[in-house]
Amino acid sequence: MFIIKHKKIFISISIALVVLSIISLFVFGLKVGIDFKGGALTEVVYKDARPAQADLHSALQALNLGSISIQPTGDMGYIVKSIDLNEAEHTLILKTLSNNEKNVLEEKSFNSIGPSVGKELTRKAIIAIILVSLGIILFIAFAFRKVSKPVSSWRYGLIAIVSLLHDVIIPIGLFTFLSHFYGAEVDTLFVVAALTILGLSVSDTIVIFDRIRENLKNKVEMSFNETVGKSLEQSYVRSICTSFTVILVLLSLVFFGPTSTKYFAIMLTVGMFFGTYSSIFLASPLLVLVEEWQKKKK
Amino acid sequence: MIKKRILAVVILLLGIGVAFFVFKSEPKLNINYESSGSFFKHSPFRLGLDLSGGSHLIYKADVSGVPSGQVSDSMNALRDVIERRVNLFGVSEPVVQIQEGGFVSGGEEKLIVDLPGVTDVEKATAMIGQTPLLEFKTEAPKDAPKTATVDENGKVNIDMSQQFVSTELSGRYLKKAILEFDQNTREPKVGLQFDDTGTKLFAEITKNNVGKIVAIYLDGAPISTPVVREEITGGEAQISGNFTPTEAKQLVGRLNSGALPVPISLLSKQTIGASLGDNAVHAGVKAAIIGFLFIALFLILWYRLPGIIAVISLCIYIAIILTLFKLLPVTLTAAGIAGFIISLGIAVDANVLIFERVKEEMRSGRIISDAVSTGFSRAWFSIRDSNSSSIITAVILFWFGTPLIKGFALTLGMGVLVSMLSAITITKIFLSSVNFIGEGKVARFLFSSGISK
Repeated sequence: MFIIKHKKIFISISIALVVLSIISLFVFGLKVGIDFKGGALTEVVYKDARPAQADLHSALQALNLGSISIQPTGDMGYIVKSIDLNEAEHTLILKTLSNNEKNVLEEKSFNSIGPSVGKELTRKAIIAIILVSLGIILFIAFAFRKVSKPVSSWRYGLIAIVSLLHDVIIPIGLFTFLSHFYGAEVDTLFVVAALTILGLSVSDTIVIFDRIRENLKNKVEMSFNETVGKSLEQSYVRSICTSFTVILVLLSLVFFGPTSTKYFAIMLTVGMFFGTYSSIFLASPLLVLVEEWQKKKK
Repeated sequence: MIKKRILAVVILLLGIGVAFFVFKSEPKLNINYESSGSFFKHSPFRLGLDLSGGSHLIYKADVSGVPSGQVSDSMNALRDVIERRVNLFGVSEPVVQIQEGGFVSGGEEKLIVDLPGVTDVEKATAMIGQTPLLEFKTEAPKDAPKTATVDENGKVNIDMSQQFVSTELSGRYLKKAILEFDQNTREPKVGLQFDDTGTKLFAEITKNNVGKIVAIYLDGAPISTPVVREEITGGEAQISGNFTPTEAKQLVGRLNSGALPVPISLLSKQTIGASLGDNAVHAGVKAAIIGFLFIALFLILWYRLPGIIAVISLCIYIAIILTLFKLLPVTLTAAGIAGFIISLGIAVDANVLIFERVKEEMRSGRIISDAVSTGFSRAWFSIRDSNSSSIITAVILFWFGTPLIKGFALTLGMGVLVSMLSAITITKIFLSSVNFIGEGKVARFLFSSGISK
């Protein structure tokens, strides 16, 4: 099996991508959205003509509402980001944007989140992350509860977790990139996407590992790496096919779906892709590598 | 064999029936919607605020003055009051929910108010804010510190708020308010009637404060400061606050629609314009249809005859899940639609796993019907494993989620569960009912997949 033969190349690709993602995370950083830090977002669309951004910006600055930013959206609209607003401040911003109702506009959406709600959401997100991770680890432990030779069970589990981290880190890395260049922000959907990737991509690895252990038990091939190769051969088509169907719908969500779920769908697509990649090109080669190290030690 | 085929036909008919229900109950699809039966009319999709447009308000309830054992009681009372208030204004299907201040949400009692169709936040918050907060306060002990300020004109001002201390008695113990007129002066008054607990509390307060002032506060300001002459055990009180008849009448109306048992403050607000929601719905439906077509195309091209069966069972799955969305009902949000769309991809996973196994069994020399039945039983473990991790994630997200996350977790989780059922049972019944095509070359070609012959 060529994947096992060239395992070091594939493992290197994965390592390179993970390292790149981590670098991107540190260089670009994650922009936290108002969901978590609190603040307000006002989206308006002008009916006839959109005033110049610079004019509106200076007019908004003059309101003294703290840091405030305005960016164009669509052909006729703007999004104003500010601290969380009360009724009076909100009305004031709308008045400023419409230049005392001289420029007709429609408020498409308004979202103001107080700092305490943001804190609560952050707390909830952290708890959800911890619980989902625990749930998945328990699930992995359960899936690999039977002892097997020559590589012991917990090593399968560990490798499954390593490849899972790989599947989540790469989309997050991509997101920091999108965050830097397209202004995507970390919101609740970002967290949901990361957690859903955990749930979706772990199964591929487990199914392939199950195949390997089934083949080991039945002594299908002589050596360990041949068995792994054979198992990969038997399962890679189905692995790719099952992910492919999900990626198909995700892509249609990226290109045709609502704007609010666009980045969410992009993250999931990337996560699904690398989830499948890691189950075939990372997890199984790592397993062979671990077995080789074990042999050398003896 | 005949039995299996009959079963297949029955399932197909049931599927069509369910799909027909979805079609008939959707005003945009059914031209004769207006004339159709009420059964269909009562089951539209329930759209979340981000799709229908409307306001989403989060209030913090200040329960610091409520004894800890009664927090949930007064929160329930608060919800009922706000619900009545919102209903008075004729909003369709408002949702007023309590969010308990447990460990997860950080200890604050919150009230979430969803107002579909109301896109004017100012108006919405005004609607809720108008609710009066009625409090009864007693004189502070004499030795309590008081601050007096002397203003420019040499007038001494004593801060009223420090003169009085709160009591447990509040608007939540009010049974009803009535408009009364003083028999001598014809001055309008507001009569208050307390419920049982309120009566007891009021009796206690009046007993302990004979000769002193009991101040009645409305919305944080004293409106009446009568001196208690004797203990009042009848549970009735009067507010005579120099009202005009109209003012008194309004106050009675407001008090009867419910006085707030605890003070609330607005924490966050969200409004989504109707056009934005409409666009999101259109985009979601479009993405779902295109996604479905992609999958159908892939399944038929790659898996041939089993692929067609998988598409049929996917259609039945869609009909079932949409019906569940309508009947439960599930509130659909943009994220929820995304969850549903992803579930389309996951739903065929089980089929793919089964078909791949069947193919393997065929390669190892089994005849088609044997391959189908062993393929099914062997694929079960993979199907269970690959779905359980998604279900774990969905369940945890649902428990801890905000409405947004909940919408996604619910549609995804339901999708995974229902699709397991539909893929395994429906596909199995259909696949085993088409074995009449025999073992010929054509049959084996139809049951193969991919680029193999």
